[in-house]
Amino acid sequence: MAFQVDALYIYLLLVSGIMTALIFLAVAFLAIKYRRVPGREAHPIEGSTFLEISWSVLPFFVMLTFFVWGTVLFFEERTPPENATEVYVVAKQWMWKIEHMEGQREINELHVPTGENIKLIMTSQDVIHSFFIPAFRVKQDVLPGRYTTLWFKATVPGRYHLFCAEYCGTNHSGMGGDIVVMDPQDYAQWMAGGPALPLQDSGRLLFDHFGCAACHRADTQGRGPSLAGLYNKPVMLEDGRTVVADENYIRESILDPTAKIVKGFKPTMAPFQGIVTDDQLNALVAYVKSLGQAPATGTAGLQDQSAPSPEQTQKMRVQ
Amino acid sequence: MASTTIPANQAPVEPKLNYLNNGHTIKSWLLTTDHKRIAMLYLVSVSAFFFLGGFFAMLIRLELLTPEGDLLAADTYNKVFTMHGIVMVFFFLVPVVPAILGNFLVPLMVGAKDLAFPRINLLSWYLYVIGGILFLHCMLNGGVDTGWTFYTPYSTSASNTNVVEAGLAIFIAGFSSIFTGLNFIVTVHRMRAPGLTWDRLPLFVWANYATSVVMILGTPVIAITMVLVIAERTLHLGIFDPRLGGDPVLFQHLFWFYSHPAVYIMILPSMGVISELIACFSRKRVFGYKFVALSSVAIAVFGFLVWAHHLFVAGISLYSAMVFSFLSFVVGVPSAVKVFNWTATLYKGSVSFATPMLYAFGFIGLFTIGGLTGLILATIGIDVHVTDTYFVVAHFHYVMVGGVLMGYLGGLHFWWPKITGRMYPEHWAKLSALFVFVGFNLTFFPQFILGYVGMPRRYWQYPPEFQVLNVLSTAGASVLAVGYLLPMIYLLWSLKYGPLAGDNPWGAAGLEWQTSSPPPTFNFDETPVVTWEAYNYEDIPAPKELEAPVVT
Repeated sequence: MAFQVDALYIYLLLVSGIMTALIFLAVAFLAIKYRRVPGREAHPIEGSTFLEISWSVLPFFVMLTFFVWGTVLFFEERTPPENATEVYVVAKQWMWKIEHMEGQREINELHVPTGENIKLIMTSQDVIHSFFIPAFRVKQDVLPGRYTTLWFKATVPGRYHLFCAEYCGTNHSGMGGDIVVMDPQDYAQWMAGGPALPLQDSGRLLFDHFGCAACHRADTQGRGPSLAGLYNKPVMLEDGRTVVADENYIRESILDPTAKIVKGFKPTMAPFQGIVTDDQLNALVAYVKSLGQAPATGTAGLQDQSAPSPEQTQKMRVQ
Repeated sequence: MASTTIPANQAPVEPKLNYLNNGHTIKSWLLTTDHKRIAMLYLVSVSAFFFLGGFFAMLIRLELLTPEGDLLAADTYNKVFTMHGIVMVFFFLVPVVPAILGNFLVPLMVGAKDLAFPRINLLSWYLYVIGGILFLHCMLNGGVDTGWTFYTPYSTSASNTNVVEAGLAIFIAGFSSIFTGLNFIVTVHRMRAPGLTWDRLPLFVWANYATSVVMILGTPVIAITMVLVIAERTLHLGIFDPRLGGDPVLFQHLFWFYSHPAVYIMILPSMGVISELIACFSRKRVFGYKFVALSSVAIAVFGFLVWAHHLFVAGISLYSAMVFSFLSFVVGVPSAVKVFNWTATLYKGSVSFATPMLYAFGFIGLFTIGGLTGLILATIGIDVHVTDTYFVVAHFHYVMVGGVLMGYLGGLHFWWPKITGRMYPEHWAKLSALFVFVGFNLTFFPQFILGYVGMPRRYWQYPPEFQVLNVLSTAGASVLAVGYLLPMIYLLWSLKYGPLAGDNPWGAAGLEWQTSSPPPTFNFDETPVVTWEAYNYEDIPAPKELEAPVVT
């Protein structure tokens, strides 16, 4: 991606450079050629509609090339590939908390393997921050109250700057860290380094802890809609709209269930705003998303999982 | 080489009674309704804020001389760049050209005795001063640290500084803009001299007219936005903070709905100044007068349709980003048209290199760079990388400082003999123009590079690899500071020691040059009747002393 951004940037610099040079040379040439000398008068000239139209339309066509190229690149930058590895990011004044799907957690560091598409699902606990990796030419604001996403693929192992790019208070300029890009083997070793409960399993524990399965049963008989295969599918709402069940939809439906009522259901669920932390919410969302990958016939998807061990429950509470 | 001495055979005399000596008491100034005196009140107060904002700028540049945060504490630094932004944007850039030069010149240029509502004009100055004093009070009471952009929910829920007072100051100062805009619109519509049709208006008046429309349509939105911020902060109404049920991005839409057009409030009047300067010092009508006039209106209209290009990474949808990117390119066209027409005006002209013209050349150069880097930012695929970095800082300083200040200083030198009746020292003025141009580029050009290599804006400390460029930038700022201080000294000097200028030292077209310098209180002894087109330079003899030496 960095290469593509740089290629477009060089094109823009070339065109801008040529334009600047032309204007500077024209001004300098005309000012000197027509400098004031005794005995030479200025010639009044009204203007030229032909020139006016030419120098409105031609630059606009050049700008259109900026627009088209830039937009195509932007859509690529902003559309994470299907197979991307997901990582959850929670920003707060003034640190970045990273949660890998495998359950590994880090602060102000993000370890990723080379050659893999990484999709960050980010939210903030307080004010707006912005996740910026200059070397990869990517940036995305991180907002409280919703998810935003960003994706990249690192190719060269090394440490790269991570900056917060949206002003967030006292230690804004200290809210940075490193993106540590590793060879896949090194990465696997790093990942295996600590005992950890995968994120979606933490989510499952929470799901059980809060008794969600009482209503959200795997069959269609529950008081709440079934969650199996929900992620990224269109959902018909009671008010006639259809929305796609992306991360933000799942998040909102947990925190504020009455905001979007699924067609055929009653607004009976209590809101979880203030009850779950952002970390727990991420785990729940990751779990609900994982149900999407359950086999269609897997009615047991929600309840067949083995009960959590005491250690795991303990770990969940610590989180 | 141009010289400021006036040949003895046309030795000008100071008019006996003019707006400056018509009353010497403080009361005669503070209760004046004369647009020219109000312009002088603005000149003094806006200049004071400029030097205050400049002081903050120097603190920023000194802090960034080293990668460590060693000069100021982090919180102090955050307040300093916030107050630099608020002072420079709301108390300097917005009023500088319309409220000083526009106030002085619009009635003169349309051949009127005063603005349509002289008392409202005075009220607008008082509102500016009240807003300014409130902001000074806010600063002395610990200041504010939200950035001049007041992004929520930081400003409403996290910051523990004087956000409410700062918001109130901006709210009040906003009405000053609205009243100025209202006054200009009514004056241009209703008080033009007989024969002065719309297509004979000086381009400076066109530019101020277009600016006024933006002022009265846009400013209420920032005022409302500030009220909403204050309401959420004090009453905890859920408007912007998601924890209270609000939407933080809504604030950005509202804020930029004013603050993007505000950039045009700042730059349009300066563009008007440049049109006057290029015409006078080429001794020609501006090339494509109608297109230049209408491009001001086009900028004013399209300027309202591009606000969300500040939000490309803020979480707006891909398609709205695409639309706002497109519209941002569209608004580039009328700006480019102006630059091309100014350049074409030089063709077959009789070009003088007097100080105001040097500033006009400087404006074209810096505005071209500022405008083209704006196109780079409008290209969404690139914006993702460079937004919120020093690239953006460099870009808007090229437009707002390179553009607006070049136009203002050019205009101030050009009309100084009209305003004060005295000439400034030409050699010093040329030297300071050079300092401003060189210092400006040295300060801000490195910041483009700094941004592309990834230094975010509003950073109190930074990784050491960014230091070289920051040192260059600070060095440039020192040169720039000299360039700004010099005019203050020699212009004040000229008030007493400058040679008398005469009514029309430049041999310029325009009604303001047909009255005495300084003009009498009611501008014209009798209402002028206009029978000529704007910029009829072929009918006016060029002054001898502005001719370049013959190259042999």
